[in-house]
Amino acid sequence: MVRLTLSARKALWAYIFLALPLLFFIGIRIIPTLQAFQMSLYDWHVQPEARTFVGLGNYERMLADQRLHQAFRNTLWYGLLGVPAQLILGLAFALLLHSIRRFRGFFRAVFFAPYVAPAVAVSWVWSLLLSPHLGIVNQVLHWLGLPPQPFLTSPQQALPTVTAVVVWQFVGFHILLFLAGLESIPRLYYEAAQIDGASRWVTFRYITLPLLNPTIVVSLVMATAAPSIGMLQLFTHVMNLKFNDPGGPLGSTLTVVLYTYQRAFQAYDMGYAAAIVVVLFVILLIISLIQIRLTSREVEY
Amino acid sequence: MVACRTRSLVTVFLALALVWALAGWAGAQSGEPITIRYWQYYYETKVKAIDQLIEQFEAENPGIRVIHETFPYEAYGARVAAAVPAGQGPEVVNLFYGWLPAWVRAGYLEPLPIDAAEIEREFVPMVRAAFMNGEYWGLPTGVRTLALFYNKDLLNQAGFQEPPQTWDEFIAAGQAMAERRGPFYTRLGFGFGPAGQDHHLIREVLIRQFGGQPYDDENRRVLYNSEAGVKALEFYTDWQLKHGLGDVEFFPGRADYRDGFIAGLIGMIIDGSFAIATIRNGVGDQFAWGVTELPVFDPNDRHNFGSFWMNGLTARAFEDPAKLEASLKFLRFITSEEAMKLWLEQVGELPARLSLADDPELAEDPVYGPFIRSLPYSHATFFVDEEGQRRVMVDAINRVLLEGTDPATSIRIAAEEEQRILDQFWNR
Repeated sequence: MVRLTLSARKALWAYIFLALPLLFFIGIRIIPTLQAFQMSLYDWHVQPEARTFVGLGNYERMLADQRLHQAFRNTLWYGLLGVPAQLILGLAFALLLHSIRRFRGFFRAVFFAPYVAPAVAVSWVWSLLLSPHLGIVNQVLHWLGLPPQPFLTSPQQALPTVTAVVVWQFVGFHILLFLAGLESIPRLYYEAAQIDGASRWVTFRYITLPLLNPTIVVSLVMATAAPSIGMLQLFTHVMNLKFNDPGGPLGSTLTVVLYTYQRAFQAYDMGYAAAIVVVLFVILLIISLIQIRLTSREVEY
Repeated sequence: MVACRTRSLVTVFLALALVWALAGWAGAQSGEPITIRYWQYYYETKVKAIDQLIEQFEAENPGIRVIHETFPYEAYGARVAAAVPAGQGPEVVNLFYGWLPAWVRAGYLEPLPIDAAEIEREFVPMVRAAFMNGEYWGLPTGVRTLALFYNKDLLNQAGFQEPPQTWDEFIAAGQAMAERRGPFYTRLGFGFGPAGQDHHLIREVLIRQFGGQPYDDENRRVLYNSEAGVKALEFYTDWQLKHGLGDVEFFPGRADYRDGFIAGLIGMIIDGSFAIATIRNGVGDQFAWGVTELPVFDPNDRHNFGSFWMNGLTARAFEDPAKLEASLKFLRFITSEEAMKLWLEQVGELPARLSLADDPELAEDPVYGPFIRSLPYSHATFFVDEEGQRRVMVDAINRVLLEGTDPATSIRIAAEEEQRILDQFWNR
């Protein structure tokens, strides 16, 4: 029996504990991801021996699939509208909350509450509120003398409306991130700036923003690509806000993830769905790397 | 010390493994009942009916145990897709007939070991939609047709004593029942449900009543890019645009039109027989309601849409002969005459066996009658991609209602899209 030193034994235990989540991660995430790559090259069948190899056939199909193109266009719009909205609003509210003393905890709880609510419930409540004839929002608009709006029932308004609901739900998460970031900036810098007579804008531009950089990077990557809260992976809200015609009206709210789900689990076209997932995976990977590359910078004062 | 503890742990594990193995062996020796699994999606009345049937079945067959598992409709396809390839799925599975081609292609089902001639002798002709590649892949307990549900109280208040029999009467009644306040509808004459049953209505009822045909006889070509197709779509969308029976976006939720009807905010809806129990339970004694056959232009030219959920066998049922025997026995039991009687009473779906469908007493029933009488002229669309094909027709409706596209252009786009879906399936 080999006698281990105390520190070696400690390290051994640490590795054993690390190995368990690692195994789980490999089994639940990495292997299925690799399987998806493999699946995308086949015409799928339940029995492995009945699967036919089609090479890049599934990828070729994507070129002519107009509904998929619409889903990619919509997803891009979700990103372009939703990511800046979440970051800017998140930072703005965090700065406001950071500057007040009274009721800070209360406001923080209020802004964070939607984030902890289930996305399905949030979507259903909003679909009731925004219902064109019976919803309260249009009743209020009418009472104010404004024309009622179709919201989720119009191909033009549906995508911005879904985005607004998603931003409403997730902005609290970003507020919390930014608040933590703001708390970690030493007061010393602000005091020094004050003594030098720096304006509030200059203080924000040259102290707050650079020192908040790591938080912004996290926030940006999360808002863009994280599962379930990232704008490029929207699914639950789109599905539930327009329950009788998911992705509608006229495909105007369809996302790539929702389309993949419909192909995989409603048409059982698994090979094709896997191919779409692979393309989305590559796109998200590239976007995340670019974002991290462009925005991460070491700031030292 | 450490080594000692490890050794004792290993001993415990070995002991446990031995006990488990022995228990399994003992179980196999004592003739443990065969367990099979039945899956369906969650629809309250169906779940209760199956529970009752399983109880009877197990009492008659003490050697078989049936586990009944249900999932929400939205998650059902995903559950089956994940479980069956992993060998974890059911032996007997319930599916919508329109999913059959996709399920067969992906290998989720095995053909039924039942003689085709026997099925065709005993079941209503609609069940032929479960026939593919020369074999039957499932049998239904109940079949469904469409009819017009109407709120008797609202209809009487609007000055009508009898439900509409023709489309002209339907439009007049709908206009009389619709109510607006400012820019909002507070009550609809007709509850639109494009993604519910109305896409079937256009496909199999209106197009045919206008003298057209939705598909060719082999179900390979879309034929509704025709005068009849244009007229059908125009007629349907005019209910909102020209006649003001209501607005396609009214009541929120999934079963929007049905829930609105139950809430007393909608005068008439077109729905399937499966909705009878839901509507009866939902309405209670809030108001009187009735059912009548779908309106027509010409009483001698009637059409209806028929559909069914069917019970099929997965590869799991074929694992060993005893299991297959038990699964088949259960499948036959839930598609027997007795099961169908219970099903009609509790779910509202019509009997799929000819012996019951021809029952004159049932045809006279005020609620079931209109559905039963529709059986002989019902068409079951052969869907290769139910979700995709449904969406094509929903989009055709929405293009006209939401974007002002003219019906001829909209139906042409729909026909092209649906043809692509059919080609994609058959040419793969």
